[in-house]
Amino acid sequence: MSLDRFRIGFVPLVDAALPILARELGFAEEQGVGVELVRDVTWAAVRDRLLYGHSDAAHMVAPLAIATALGRDRPAVPMAVPFVLGLNGNAITFSTALGGACGLGEGLGDPVAVGAALREVAARQRLRFGVVHRHSSHNYMLRYWLAGVGIRPDVDVDIVVTSPPFAADALAAGEVDGICVGEPWNSIAVDRGVGRIALATAQIWRRGVEKVLAMRADQAEERRDAVLRLIRALHAAAAHFVDPETVEQSAEILSRPHYLDAPVDAILRAITDRIRVVPGGEPVHYPDFMFQYREAANFPWRSQAGWLYAQMVRWEGRSFSSADAATAQGVFRPELYRAALAGSGAPLPGASSKLEGALVGPIGAGSTQGRLVLGSDRFFDGRAFDPDDIPGYLRDLP
Amino acid sequence: MRIAIIDTSTTRAAIIAEGLREAGLDDQVLIDPAGPIVRQIEACAPEVVLINLENPGRDLLEDFFAMSRALDRPIAMFVDQSDAESALAAVDAGVSAYVVDGLAKQRIKPVLDVAIRRFQAFSRLQAELAEAKTALADRQIVDRAKAILMRRRGIDEPAAYALLRGHAMQSNRRIAEVAEAIMTSEALMGDLP
Repeated sequence: MSLDRFRIGFVPLVDAALPILARELGFAEEQGVGVELVRDVTWAAVRDRLLYGHSDAAHMVAPLAIATALGRDRPAVPMAVPFVLGLNGNAITFSTALGGACGLGEGLGDPVAVGAALREVAARQRLRFGVVHRHSSHNYMLRYWLAGVGIRPDVDVDIVVTSPPFAADALAAGEVDGICVGEPWNSIAVDRGVGRIALATAQIWRRGVEKVLAMRADQAEERRDAVLRLIRALHAAAAHFVDPETVEQSAEILSRPHYLDAPVDAILRAITDRIRVVPGGEPVHYPDFMFQYREAANFPWRSQAGWLYAQMVRWEGRSFSSADAATAQGVFRPELYRAALAGSGAPLPGASSKLEGALVGPIGAGSTQGRLVLGSDRFFDGRAFDPDDIPGYLRDLP
Repeated sequence: MRIAIIDTSTTRAAIIAEGLREAGLDDQVLIDPAGPIVRQIEACAPEVVLINLENPGRDLLEDFFAMSRALDRPIAMFVDQSDAESALAAVDAGVSAYVVDGLAKQRIKPVLDVAIRRFQAFSRLQAELAEAKTALADRQIVDRAKAILMRRRGIDEPAAYALLRGHAMQSNRRIAEVAEAIMTSEALMGDLP
């Protein structure tokens, strides 16, 4: 049987796991799909290869897919996100000096308490934080937290861009005082003794959308059947990835030179939600540090895209546009997810959009297939995001 | 028109610079890839920036360009929709270009054309170099294997080569592979009677 080929671009990060495992463990082949992976160290290169046909799909920071569809800083290209590759899995790591100045303890801190300590330090010296891309969840999560604890991004602190594999180097060289980056690069900074993890981004937004499978919208139409099978393959890979029996095997595969080229140990800690916060310390277990499968985590909620668009408006100093909001939310394609997994037994949400950050504890949610339970999705400041009233949400933010 | 060239390969950067000079584009700045990219770009205020696609500094650079929107010389990626073809050629060749907003398209095209051709020429050069290295290594191995056969079998050079070639054809392998096998066996068992 001939396979439908997908070249998939990725940046070496633990949450590139699903396409890598789909290829290495045969989930893709079972669906008649051949996956080839294309590694790059910048999101700009991943995006360019996707737009000019060097790749058919990509592991991508969600806001970049939206920015590309909106034509931010370049001509717009319609994009489609039929599958979310994971929620959270990032952390904020302080330099050893900043960690000391903020009096960080042995475990993960409390966002409000760490924020208060950081505010005092930021009042005395100009601090600089590195994020992985201007259009990244890292940038928005870091800014959301800073603003929420009374530190004004760009006014009180500087935020610059540094590519993930070089984030630990930037910290070591003193170019930045803190980084917000995906794993294993926080753990590598800790293991190198150049930093300590202050917070997991899951503490800022318990169910924050992170990487997505992005493709050009025309590809999603032209190759619809193959795309649906790719989604099924990735969903199977996700189920495998979260099985405690398989974590060592997954970590070994990801560590290979042509994938992450990083130590197995650091990768394994991220996969198992065990985070070494300080050099030489015992890893701390933080449940749902990475979130790749349960609660229909891979479902592309339009409201998640809406939240990202709201942050884009908030920090780029542009005014809200209902047309842009519609374009942004339209990038996420829940109908493709449903079409792919209909009949599979996977829980399929009935709605395509929801109030984000409103759930305190596990609650049953409407589904057209399977039983769907959603856990707490709180923001650290207790605010909720209503995708139908973005202007109202933006007005109320600090 | 000032052109800045950023390339992780300084050799390739020099090759591009030379190509641009030949095309009469003399106002160029070679950016030191080991130094702070943004500060160097800021200092030389180019109208066109050429950078290799895989350069690790690209996300940083694009952030700088986006921030500089507020300045009087905004820079954007050169991918005008109408230029899809040259943009594709550029990405295929491994080069990206950013230009100051408002710069006339007919002035940019020659720059990009030179960059694309030079990038392609560089790739070809590298491929040829790798091939030449392999060929040289192969020849040395074959020569040594021939010498072993001549000594052990008491035959002349053409006969030794014919033997190697015949065996390679028969076993569907490259002559160099057969030669390597002979050298391995000589190293392990050459002292046996």
